[in-house]
Amino acid sequence: MNIGYYPGCALHGSSNDYEQSLRACLSALDVQLGEIKDWICCGATAAHSLNHKLSLALPARNLAVAERDGFKQLFAPCPLCSMQLLKVKRAVADERVRKELSEIVEADVRGESEVLNLIQLFENIGLERLKSAVKTPLESITAACYYGCLLTRPPDVVHFDDFEQPSSMESVVAALGAKTVEWNYKTECCGAGMTMSNEDIVLELAHKILSNAAEHGANCLVVACPMCHVNLDMKQAAVERRFGKKLGMVVYYLSDLVGLALGLSAEQLGINRHFVTKA
Amino acid sequence: MENQAVGQVASERLRVHFPDHIQVADCYQCGKCTAGCPVAIHMDVAPNQVVRLAQLGEWEKALRSRAIWECVGCQTCSTRCPKEVDCAGVMDALREASLARGMAAHERLPVVSFQEIFLENIRRNGRLNELELIGRFKMDVLVHTGRILFLFKDAGLAPKLGKRKKLHLSSGKASDRGVVDRIFERCSNGRKR
Repeated sequence: MNIGYYPGCALHGSSNDYEQSLRACLSALDVQLGEIKDWICCGATAAHSLNHKLSLALPARNLAVAERDGFKQLFAPCPLCSMQLLKVKRAVADERVRKELSEIVEADVRGESEVLNLIQLFENIGLERLKSAVKTPLESITAACYYGCLLTRPPDVVHFDDFEQPSSMESVVAALGAKTVEWNYKTECCGAGMTMSNEDIVLELAHKILSNAAEHGANCLVVACPMCHVNLDMKQAAVERRFGKKLGMVVYYLSDLVGLALGLSAEQLGINRHFVTKA
Repeated sequence: MENQAVGQVASERLRVHFPDHIQVADCYQCGKCTAGCPVAIHMDVAPNQVVRLAQLGEWEKALRSRAIWECVGCQTCSTRCPKEVDCAGVMDALREASLARGMAAHERLPVVSFQEIFLENIRRNGRLNELELIGRFKMDVLVHTGRILFLFKDAGLAPKLGKRKKLHLSSGKASDRGVVDRIFERCSNGRKR
């Protein structure tokens, strides 16, 4: 299985623990990632906030390069990168827009490659295959699966799972022998890219999410997004100080749990580099 | 009468053109967008009211609002709208216009400046250089607000990030930065601060 891989800036920056986790876990499953050549930033929140055309052009360049190199599938582990790529696919259904974007980015944007998020990648590998590869069932884990905003929204762009009551991540986690809880904040926003510029909002939202997961009996959170991990893991100490209560909620990337079930160690997966680790 | 006409002409000059799929006239003000918005409580004008301002052509109020910079872009409003009004898309278009016309709310300067510095950073490097982003962002907030303490906010995180091998002094730049610069040039919308 050779899949085009668009890491995005976060995974080559402060979320490099996410990339370590992905690479370890996928290599154990014999899935090769072909990093697309000379990829550029998708523009993230800044581009779609300030410049609509640019917010399509930057990811369009990456999609065109991946398609030129023959990747039929393109995996983007960050839901914002993935959503921006999917917006390009929707936009280029209009031939006029497709031509304009192709000219802007100096490459033919066909919009034919399939864009995958992390959950879809595991679904493609196959839950039965995952189940049979499990060496250490995760019996001590009771997880609150957190989807955040952009894995399921906007539904007419991402076409993934149920946007109010998603359950695809729970299916992956269940295949690993772990338990999951039903809770209220699965798809609430964590404040995303406001971590630095509007911290008050991030702390308030992260506090609601972490507390709700604990109230429903979860002993950890599972995410499939680098920004969610930053806000819930790195900022957790600040949340605890602001709201005067101890949370101690471990936040795993979904690939961490898959890797642990496959028998990989916390060090191999980079879990020891998280901020909140098991006491 | 004459004053009213002058006002209308001035407002017309500020008119924001939304992408084709956004029909603000379809909104019947049920308020579902505001009910589900995680940050509505912090806004000076609630999301449904922002859409109302657009319906009424009250561009001055919409473009100067703090609300458009509080929006985190989570898409909940657009997803739940019974009339399929892309409220998050309205926010995006208003932010772009607000900046292009130099009308961005001063109180929300950190958010505005963060987004602008982010774009300058990727134009230069092709990929985000986090340390450069943080440094420039902090300097910019200091220069514009005089908040010296802001410089040191989160400084305690740096050694913790370093210990976890999450700080990168040199980032991997894209090698073909010429194409990135040309893409920016072709998408230029005449932003000014």
